[in-house]
Amino acid sequence: MQRALVIDPGKCTGCKQCELACSYEKEGVFNPAKSRIRVFDFHQNARFVPYTCTQCDEAWCQQACPTNAITTDAFGVKNVNDSLCVGCKVCTIACPFGTVNYNATTGKVIKCDMCGGDPACAKACPTDAIVYTDVEQAGYDKMAAWAKRTDAGAQAN
Amino acid sequence: MHHVIIGAGPAGVTAAETIRKHRGGDRITLLGDEDAPPYSRMAIPYYLEGDIAETGTYLRAAAGHYDDLGIDLRQARVGSLDAGAKILKLDGGDELAFDRLLIATGASPIRPPIEGLDLAGVQTCWTLADAREIAKRAEPGASVVLVGAGFIGSIILQALVAKGVQLTVVEMGDRMVPRMLDEAAGTMLKRWCEAKGVRVLTGTTVKAIAKPEAAKPAAPQPEPGFFARLFGQRPPEPTAPPAPVDETLKVTLDNGETMAAKLVVIAAGVRPNIGFLQASGLELGAGVSVDDHLRASAPDIYAAGDVAEARDLSSGQFDVLAIQPVAVEHGHIAALNMAGNPTPHRGSLNMNVLDTIGLVSSSFGSWMGIEGGDRGQLLDEAGWRYLRLEFDGDRLIGGQAVGLTEHVGMMRGLIQTGLRLGAWKDRLVKAPERLTEAYVATAQGIK
Amino acid sequence: MAWTRQILRVNLTNGTCTPESLNMDWADKYLGQRGLASRYLVEEVDPKVDPLGPDNKIIFATGPLTGTCASTGGRYSVITKGPLTGAIACSNSGGYWGAELKFAGWDMIIFEGKSANPVYLSVIDDKATLHDASDLVGKSVWETDAAIKSAHQDPMMHVSTIGVAGENAVLYACIVNDLHRAAGRSGVGAVMGSKNLKAVAVRGTGGVAVNDPVTFLAATAAGKKTLAENAVTGEGLPTYGTQVLMNVINEAGALPTRNSRDIQFEGAHDISAEAMAEPSGKDGKPNLLANQGCFACTIACGRISKINEEHYTVVNKPEYWHASGGLEYEAAWALGAATGVKDLDALTYANFICNEQGIDPISFGSTVGAAMELYEEGVINNEITGGLELKFGSAEALTTAVELTGKAEGFGRELGQGSARLCAKYGRPELSQTVKGQEFPAYDPRGIQGMGLTYATSNRGACHLRSYTVASEILGIPEKTDPLATDGKAGLVKAFQDATAAVDSSGLCLFTTFAWTLEDIAPQVDAACEGNWSPDSLLECGERIWNLERQFNNQAGFTAADDKLPERLMKDAAKTGPAEGLVSGLDKMLPEYYELRGWTNEGVPTNETLSRLGL
Ligand SMILES: Cc1cc2nc3c(=O)[nH]c(=O)nc-3n(C[C@H](O)[C@H](O)[C@H](O)COP(=O)(O)OP(=O)(O)OC[C@H]3O[C@@H](n4cnc5c(N)ncnc54)[C@H](O)[C@@H]3O)c2cc1C
Repeated sequence: MQRALVIDPGKCTGCKQCELACSYEKEGVFNPAKSRIRVFDFHQNARFVPYTCTQCDEAWCQQACPTNAITTDAFGVKNVNDSLCVGCKVCTIACPFGTVNYNATTGKVIKCDMCGGDPACAKACPTDAIVYTDVEQAGYDKMAAWAKRTDAGAQAN
Repeated sequence: MHHVIIGAGPAGVTAAETIRKHRGGDRITLLGDEDAPPYSRMAIPYYLEGDIAETGTYLRAAAGHYDDLGIDLRQARVGSLDAGAKILKLDGGDELAFDRLLIATGASPIRPPIEGLDLAGVQTCWTLADAREIAKRAEPGASVVLVGAGFIGSIILQALVAKGVQLTVVEMGDRMVPRMLDEAAGTMLKRWCEAKGVRVLTGTTVKAIAKPEAAKPAAPQPEPGFFARLFGQRPPEPTAPPAPVDETLKVTLDNGETMAAKLVVIAAGVRPNIGFLQASGLELGAGVSVDDHLRASAPDIYAAGDVAEARDLSSGQFDVLAIQPVAVEHGHIAALNMAGNPTPHRGSLNMNVLDTIGLVSSSFGSWMGIEGGDRGQLLDEAGWRYLRLEFDGDRLIGGQAVGLTEHVGMMRGLIQTGLRLGAWKDRLVKAPERLTEAYVATAQGIK
Repeated sequence: MAWTRQILRVNLTNGTCTPESLNMDWADKYLGQRGLASRYLVEEVDPKVDPLGPDNKIIFATGPLTGTCASTGGRYSVITKGPLTGAIACSNSGGYWGAELKFAGWDMIIFEGKSANPVYLSVIDDKATLHDASDLVGKSVWETDAAIKSAHQDPMMHVSTIGVAGENAVLYACIVNDLHRAAGRSGVGAVMGSKNLKAVAVRGTGGVAVNDPVTFLAATAAGKKTLAENAVTGEGLPTYGTQVLMNVINEAGALPTRNSRDIQFEGAHDISAEAMAEPSGKDGKPNLLANQGCFACTIACGRISKINEEHYTVVNKPEYWHASGGLEYEAAWALGAATGVKDLDALTYANFICNEQGIDPISFGSTVGAAMELYEEGVINNEITGGLELKFGSAEALTTAVELTGKAEGFGRELGQGSARLCAKYGRPELSQTVKGQEFPAYDPRGIQGMGLTYATSNRGACHLRSYTVASEILGIPEKTDPLATDGKAGLVKAFQDATAAVDSSGLCLFTTFAWTLEDIAPQVDAACEGNWSPDSLLECGERIWNLERQFNNQAGFTAADDKLPERLMKDAAKTGPAEGLVSGLDKMLPEYYELRGWTNEGVPTNETLSRLGL
């Protein structure tokens, strides 16, 4: 069964606990600049939007990777294998969502890996704006449809 | 049904795997002429730097990957194709019949008209075999001349600097990566390289490479400088440079300057590998001409990757886009068509990312813009940042970035989906740095 | 750990930016933010200095928990000598700016001297630069925020700035960061203006580490759970914001109304949280659009609202049709009850202008209330006000006054001096609802007796955030006390003051203390910081800070005679409500308070007290 982070921007208060949880989980420090999830603040519209990898079916990052460093696990999560990643950054331009980013400190790319099935951001979110749940949930479909539009070929698989 | 794929690069491997996914029982033969398992040229620079071993360049890490998928991977070079009879002639005399064929033979480096290209120590940098040779000579402190600062040249530049060589780059164009970045960005890159101790000569070509006669180190008499000529002074006697110990090549530039080098790396562009197809009857342009299903001009024959002249999403024209993501995309779509799932190819987006001694640049689509389109431009010379966005109406059609790495892929997303930016377009024209906001807002329907 | 151990000293006279190591001996004794910056101020600034002169300094300081995942761990404070009061000023703000400063690698910034020309400071990680700000002169907070982000071409910057009020030396000008979070009180913005310092823009990409991460995560998680399960922090504040108090305080008979003539406001409901959530205007949508949390805040009491587009204030000004911060309770009270205005959209507009021009709405609203009383009493007239008809209840008067005040135009220039100076000028000082020159906020000491002692003894002039005994007297937190009684209030106030000083020094928001005690806070501080931090040591730290501030004020010339309330609260009994017939019992509480504090009858800390606290 595919599980995913389902994000409801309407519930987000912009507290950035998700960014703190993510950067702590992944980097051992509280540092939003290193978070794999980012909250966008549209203050004039009274809207906050948490934004991260949707683990899209198309797996642009994985396809573009020249060294097979990105793989999809049984839950559909795209993982970067640091020992194979050479830091070429092609996945960072191939991902049409912009959710694979280069970390100059390590020379590797970073992306959301759902913390191995227990995402820290969802746990840290005080308002359930980010929940970890079945893929079929509403909201995900929209992102998936959006992902499809990026495809160079209408994928028939 | 027998599918044959010529070329075991990213396009060929992706195609073989995709066909297998959709046609469990079909026979698949993957032909490659190199002496290594299918690998990724893109990983070569990291091999050169010593970050990874040769095995780190392999496209698929798992042992037995091709066997497990029932893909017959063979080392063989195709000498010619008889498109009508559906037969390949292999070097060595064997023949191979196919039902469906994918040509994914990639490209080969262009050999520019320079005297002495065949000397030992003059290398292209295209294959693992090339890389092994370069690695031998590119020792810390060694003088190296890199000919060509295009995209591939610049990637190699990074690897050579990382190896600690004394590097001089000679580029014919007026700036670095002229086909990927505009003048502002290309010039910024050059400035950056120079600040990092790399000598970059633009608007310059190499005329000849020679093996100097053993005896004379032949330090050319420098022209008297401006002040010397003005005051009629004799310049101080140049202290003769220590005789080069292991510098074995003499490189002469078109401006007359000469320099010693232990290694000359040629990166003067590439050309699709279509030589073996000359008599095939297939329609050829710069590469193998294909239609919107990546079909070549004869039945059941397809082409993908660096060798294919396929549709460019930005221009709508047929062109060769010699980059890895396009090779994979082509391989995937061609394979779907070969497997009997008709899949149109709407066009691929040209895009590149480059790390030049720590300064990361990228470019997407029609980065040079179109007539009548608006532009947003951010130029921060002191901060080593540049961002240029090009619009057609309220759609993004191209972009370039220097010094920005966060969320750059969004440019691809916006260009490829043709998402209408509405009010955000004008904001981006004024403040292109708000690109990520614009992307998320537009996707969320936030005006 | 937790501290970055780096402070930035900016000499505006010389135009230099110099990094310094944080004095860790002081950090051990004063924790951070309010306490630690006060220690620096006491060390470096003569208490008798002219607050608006070049010898005053202004410090932007974070706490050790700022930038961590502790709930509400994003606060910073601005410490200086305040121009409204002449006392030590310490104004606390949320938003994202404080955390960003930590991520850039700094615990605090000390500004000294005065720039010859307008400047702003940018801090981008370890790079600090003073920039010419002549283009920003006369620009609002919102314009400045946008202009700086655009100049640096970085939308991720966080900007803390003054509006025109700070430039024009409005004595209660505030410093606003992230568009609508403010270091609001005591005129800290005027000090910035006096130094020709327009703004401080920060961008940080580094991280904040803590001493014992595993324990810290457990302690902060426990803390967040407590906040989530508490009725006030888990339910009331997120749903209604601080505005949840409007009807509560009105019913308690402690809502100062029309310059404290009354103690209950007939329009309270119209300007309450409930009203903000009710459909209004043609589009049938409420003013309230969303709630916002400051950095790391799991409470999210912040309100994001919109003015009804057809309202007279904005009908021709589409630039005000977007969402922005407010109304919060204190602002709604000051702009509404204190002036008798019950037009919610007018209040929201006035609040937007306060944020935009950098004006403290509490002092502004209270000053307008005092001016309205002067006007209705005939002490001032249209000639003096320039035609501004300052009648109680007039929304037009309020919204015009706010536009004039920041710009220091017309009668706005006099309003911008605060009610104490205004009422003194026109010979009616007793009409000013201030202590030590600072307007008191939304709780009437006749109806909530503890707040009388709170206001009288607050080190920054009248203020609710120095000991929020409302929590105990009205909400029963941590235990219920009788709001009408004076017994036991001296001890209550002292305990709240000391605990608050510690919380204000940690990087956390005071609002957590609706649910948290020092028992909840100490484990978080202890896990983050080196040293041993227990509830007792925090309380002692708070007491030390309180006495340090008191000494600064005493040396500045304040005496026990300044620990007093406006005459009205001492003489005019409450007319209605539960407190009907009561005046403030400050006289009964104050001597006991001095004694508990270990101070002389003159309000001076004894040597014994000082040495006990290591001062
Ligand atoms: C050093 C370097 C760095 C690069 N960096 C990047 C980068 O950062 N980003 C990017 O997008 N691209 C990069 N590229 C380009 C990228 O590697 C190519 O676009 C990609 O390899 C194309 O894949 P392909 O499968 O079409 O062709 P190839 O990878 O070239 O594979 C074709 C294979 O076919 C074989 N072949 C050719 N003719 C025959 C024949 N007649 N019979 C049998 N076999 C044959 C070739 O030997 C080769 O093994 C780089 C290339 C190099 C050399």
